[in-house]
Amino acid sequence: MSGAAREGIGQPVRRKEDFRFITGNGHYTDDISRPRQTYAYFLRSPHAHARIRSIDTSEAEKAPGVAGIFTGRHVADDGLGGLICGWTVTSKDGTPMKVGPHPILALDTVRYVGDHVAMVVAETLAEARAAAELIEVDYEALPAAVSLGSCQKPDAAQVHPEAPRNTCFEWELGNKAETEAAFAKAARVVKLDLTNNRLIPNAMEPRAAIGEYDKGSGIYTLHTTSQNPHVARLVLSAFVGVAPEHKLRVIAPDVGGGFGSKIFIYAEETACVWAAAKLGRPIKWTADRSEAFLSDAHGRDHLSHAELALDADGKFLGLRVKTIANLGAYLSTFSAAVPTYLYGTLLSGQYDIPAIYVEVDGVYTHTAPVDAYRGAGRPEATYLVERMVETAARETGIDPADIRRRNFIRSFPHQTPVIMNYDAGDYQASLDAALEAIDYKGFAARKSDAAKRGKLRGIGISSYIEACGIAPSAAVGSLGAGVGLWESAEVRVNPTGNVEVLTGSHSHGQGHETTFAQLVASRLGIPLSNVEIVHGDTDKVQFGMGTYGSRSGAVGMSAIVKALEKIEAKAKKIAAHLMEAAVEDITFENGAFTVQGTDKSLAWAEVSLAAYTAHGFPSGEIEPGLKEGAFYDPANFTFPAGAHVCEVEIDPDTGIVEIVKFVAVDDFGTIINPMIVEGQVHGGIAQGIGQALLEHGVYDPASGQLVTGSYMDYCMPRADDLPSFTLGFTKTVCPSNPLGMKGCGEAGAIAAPPAIINAVTDALGIRDIEMPATPARVWQALQSAAPRAAAE
Amino acid sequence: MSVISMTVNGKPASADIEARTLLVQFIREQLGLTGTHVGCDTSQCGACVVHVDGRAVKSCTMLAAQAEGAEILTIEGLAPNGELHPVQAAFREHHGLQCGFCTPGMIMTAVDMIRRIPDLDEETVREELEGNICRCTGYHNIVKAILAASQEMR
Repeated sequence: MSGAAREGIGQPVRRKEDFRFITGNGHYTDDISRPRQTYAYFLRSPHAHARIRSIDTSEAEKAPGVAGIFTGRHVADDGLGGLICGWTVTSKDGTPMKVGPHPILALDTVRYVGDHVAMVVAETLAEARAAAELIEVDYEALPAAVSLGSCQKPDAAQVHPEAPRNTCFEWELGNKAETEAAFAKAARVVKLDLTNNRLIPNAMEPRAAIGEYDKGSGIYTLHTTSQNPHVARLVLSAFVGVAPEHKLRVIAPDVGGGFGSKIFIYAEETACVWAAAKLGRPIKWTADRSEAFLSDAHGRDHLSHAELALDADGKFLGLRVKTIANLGAYLSTFSAAVPTYLYGTLLSGQYDIPAIYVEVDGVYTHTAPVDAYRGAGRPEATYLVERMVETAARETGIDPADIRRRNFIRSFPHQTPVIMNYDAGDYQASLDAALEAIDYKGFAARKSDAAKRGKLRGIGISSYIEACGIAPSAAVGSLGAGVGLWESAEVRVNPTGNVEVLTGSHSHGQGHETTFAQLVASRLGIPLSNVEIVHGDTDKVQFGMGTYGSRSGAVGMSAIVKALEKIEAKAKKIAAHLMEAAVEDITFENGAFTVQGTDKSLAWAEVSLAAYTAHGFPSGEIEPGLKEGAFYDPANFTFPAGAHVCEVEIDPDTGIVEIVKFVAVDDFGTIINPMIVEGQVHGGIAQGIGQALLEHGVYDPASGQLVTGSYMDYCMPRADDLPSFTLGFTKTVCPSNPLGMKGCGEAGAIAAPPAIINAVTDALGIRDIEMPATPARVWQALQSAAPRAAAE
Repeated sequence: MSVISMTVNGKPASADIEARTLLVQFIREQLGLTGTHVGCDTSQCGACVVHVDGRAVKSCTMLAAQAEGAEILTIEGLAPNGELHPVQAAFREHHGLQCGFCTPGMIMTAVDMIRRIPDLDEETVREELEGNICRCTGYHNIVKAILAASQEMR
């Protein structure tokens, strides 16, 4: 295989970014130090809900090393705006969602444990921390609304006076009358109450920020752990008012994982960059893990009741769902969109369901804000649909694989009753491949073998679909998004022929520097090492929407394709001029421009150089230089889909669930780098297993204290909790983008939880078990279930 | 304040520090070796693993003063002449890293693991990684990389 072919599209090219990470030469925000920098420490609320009667900082100000102390009063006096939610959801009565203010530092009320009360800046972190202890805050502790089940009751404590009954919105989607009619003619109705457990994202790099101000130019610079630095700059300028957009530079250097939690614009980085000008010195803040637990936006946290109507043949007729979704104490950057347009729109799953009606109440509680976490709404939808389908199979006696096959959507495009228009897919192909890989037919024998060993064995299927790309702009705009959701790219060809590609996507583990470079190198016929991907700096990349929702391939790379097309067009013009041929006669292949039907040819590097020497260009026709940009706005969401199947064995004496086999077969459309894609699937599955068996963000219902506030209490998946995974791929090409890509970053986290819980409930012979299915819960279930012999 | 001295990546290192300074703070803040990371505050995550006199240690669990006179090896010292250590090479070859944040600790743990246990199998590797948390890879490719490096170094 030639060098170019080894580096081309579809090849498992080893990552360009790895060298710096495996040798300790990455540059994460906390690794960066600025001259004369100070250190910030945030004094946080110890109460879930309290009125601040007064804050006395006089003793703290005298403490050694203190450079400045900032409270909500300073922020308010400076006229700074609060943090915003960039998506407006409208209730079914036509009223907009009810939004309470979200100040950067609390003014008179704190609304969750960890809420920001004051920022202490000192010469060292230890001094800032010590000084914070000297701040006297006179709190009047108030009752807190903590539990999702009771926060809407009339006597519940109120989080925001703007939102009676703590209800931010009462949203609906689908057709209620048609759904009622479908249920009226049903032969059977399956009902289930489901909990989607609260998760805490826990990217391994804690959030961090360095704010700076240059007095001479009036320019602010913020280094921060962001998945979308341009959106951060826009919010900090247009809404918070820290600085005008052209006077604020946001840099997101190496970022150690995000999973959604670093999309959002938080109080800490805002305060650091704002106060840097007040102080005239850089301010650095890095969260410790305890702060991350308290103040990173959490994920999931739904209570749902669902009903599925079936006819006598097991065909789905209708689905109705009522969900209460926790938003926490304040609306975070995208939190209103997650339990609505990223959730309700996916409730058709892979199935032809003629009528769907969903109601979602978004509610405030005195807990940390809840926003997008890997999958964002789609894991909640998939969990609900796949648990309902599994339960329907058990109650009708139809094999779980068969009931799925009977109901799969088989022709495309398919308009669901909940907005989405699925463009391509072959759901049975993925399911069949997954069942083959796990040897579905041999399960009964394995189950009876396990029983002889005293183990309970179960199998569970999850046929998932997700909507990725989070686009097009017109569609999201009509649904309440405050921003467009396209992506940008700029291709800069240097005189020597190597290339810099600027992208608005941001890589924080996804390997864009390799995958994007593979695309560019193969299109231009140049070595991978001659391509540099530039991202994460608002001074370099003009604008971009960042990375989340598995959008960087389908949207970000499509923008690069568009820019490359322009580059090729101009380069052909230059080549035609140099070779004195008509531009229509120029072909560009494998890095060479050739006049068709002749042996005249110019290499890529020769044309690149000529673009900049520009000798003798007909000035009216060809400008010097070779640089093109493009904005790409997709025609539709993309729809990755697949089937994950899981087999578990449970020890009835201990309640420990062991995943003995996990198979994932995914259809991501075109794959540029299969090694990287497999890695994305592995990581997603691990987070899905974490949700199903291990992880749970728990607040004490009375006090509102976060009970799971460290790695001693919050069970992160460790290597010995997980098996190795068996992966497979099917392929239907996505018709809405030039590369046919669908996105792969969230699939595992979306698909895995119902596969596991379906397997656990199958093994236990029970209808439902709450996630996470910990040994204690499984053991309890075993004790309360009807006696069931292991050797059954 | 007191002066402490040790050898870090083969070179003498000395500084006047507060007694409460942790080894990881000394490495990152005094020496500017930022490849060693801090991912938690309860000594659970293992992002800060370095070698102290040849053994893998979470550098957030000991004071810098306790390392007085010790030989410290950090991720920056693992490939001194530019040639990757077999474990580093295996992590790259088997895609054992994504965001890279836990990677230095993982690699330093793996080097020690391979030194201590000659016949590693998957189950042992997974057990031995109990003190290192990765949120990106699901450990699948980390386990693969360590097994491959262990084979290679035999």
